[in-house]
Amino acid sequence: MTGTVITVTSGKGGVGKTTAVANIAVALASDGKKVVCIDGDIGLRNLDVIMGLENRIVYDIVDIIEGRCRTRQAMIRDKRLPELFLIPAAQTRDKTAVSPSDMVRLCDELRAEVDWILIDSPAGIERGFRNSVAPADKVLIVTNPEMSAVRDADRVIGLLEAEEKPTPSLIINRLNPNMVKRGDMLSVDDVYDLLRIDVIGIVPEDESVIVASNRGTPLSMDGKAKAGQAFRNIARRLNGEQVPFLDLEATSLWDRLTKLAGRK
Amino acid sequence: MTESSLIQIKGIRDGLLVSLGEAGWPVVQRALLERIEAQPDFFKGARLSLDVGAQALKSVELTALRDQLSERGITLWAVVSTSPVTENTAQLLGLATRLFKPAPQRETASPRAASPIPQDKSGTFPVAKGIDDETALWVNKTLRSGTRIEFAGHVVVFGDVNPGAEIIAGGSVIIWGSLRGFVHAGAQGNKNSVVCALDLSPTQLRVADEIAIAPKRSGKPQPEVVRLKDGLLQAEPWIPG
Repeated sequence: MTGTVITVTSGKGGVGKTTAVANIAVALASDGKKVVCIDGDIGLRNLDVIMGLENRIVYDIVDIIEGRCRTRQAMIRDKRLPELFLIPAAQTRDKTAVSPSDMVRLCDELRAEVDWILIDSPAGIERGFRNSVAPADKVLIVTNPEMSAVRDADRVIGLLEAEEKPTPSLIINRLNPNMVKRGDMLSVDDVYDLLRIDVIGIVPEDESVIVASNRGTPLSMDGKAKAGQAFRNIARRLNGEQVPFLDLEATSLWDRLTKLAGRK
Repeated sequence: MTESSLIQIKGIRDGLLVSLGEAGWPVVQRALLERIEAQPDFFKGARLSLDVGAQALKSVELTALRDQLSERGITLWAVVSTSPVTENTAQLLGLATRLFKPAPQRETASPRAASPIPQDKSGTFPVAKGIDDETALWVNKTLRSGTRIEFAGHVVVFGDVNPGAEIIAGGSVIIWGSLRGFVHAGAQGNKNSVVCALDLSPTQLRVADEIAIAPKRSGKPQPEVVRLKDGLLQAEPWIPG
């Protein structure tokens, strides 16, 4: 097996990197693929909470790198999806505990055992970011349809270009179709116009994301929530499938009826 | 060549300046790392600027060195070089390429500094030597946020200039794409410099000593030229002829 390393990053904080990693990982693992997520945010770990695995942490990534445990021992298996693993970050250390070459070594070891390695990068463009992108085969940039997040995404894309990484793909998270329609939010086209990289996913704003994060059951595990569906589609696109983007426009019953009636 | 003559270290206002001698890059790099290993406590936490001389370095080489330095607790913040290749690489990686910043405004045309490192306010560009007004830098890509291009001649960009990107040119700047970032044309005082773009909506624009911001545009973008007229920056539609 030769696994693919995917790093999810954004520049700006709070745009939904960790949520994206958890949901895409769940979607890939539901498809029978062997997936391991690595939390790259040493000192501010979150991925374990969102995946609901917080209370099962014994060893973390720094323990692997400093040789206190074997890689296997730090991989927490998700009981709901036996093909899904998490390597948590250390909470009591900082980014300098890991170096880019450590990450490359760890991922090379994991590549032999799993199909997908998903790295949750911390916000920013400093050490933690560099650690996370060093081993990446593919980078996904998460942004929100707002100016500051798009600017930061642009900066990160520039840094990846300078490091001669393959061109990243874009996830536009938390899109509110009604606000876009009113002209109060950047549209997908506006974002694309500035960044000019492939869009691999458009995820609508959805309250159930927060509920799911608090419960520790990523949305893409089940259910009909549109955001969960959008994340599952991203996973399918990563697998090389051609999946059309969700229709986020027709949200109200009336919209849908008029659409059905062909009046629009 | 012995190791000590390859690596020369001195303290400057912004940390340590390491000048590297002439030798193959792997040799120089190894010598530098060995020197650091010999006195890890001296270097730990240091802000390092490198004068690499005429070495032409690509981004793999510079990123590798930067990462190796950062693993030893050293921050690489500047790379000074006489090679345009290295300079370009350093700018793409967000590293400084001049050790002293010129005063932000009122840069006047000044004689080029005699010393190899430009002093405060002299504001010469490192690539300035031997470049006349007819030389242009061809940039065949979109400049994203955080990129800074400095060039003593003209600059031609085949792509967009995004918000957060900066171009500082001694001559004119032509952008075959959208200009949404920052451009300073005629940075050394040339008032005849122009800026043109297919879609001109810069964050801020400067020609010589004049500063302007773009008014809100309504309607479809069209190619425009900005030039200094009667001491004011004026944009007008570009009409060939």
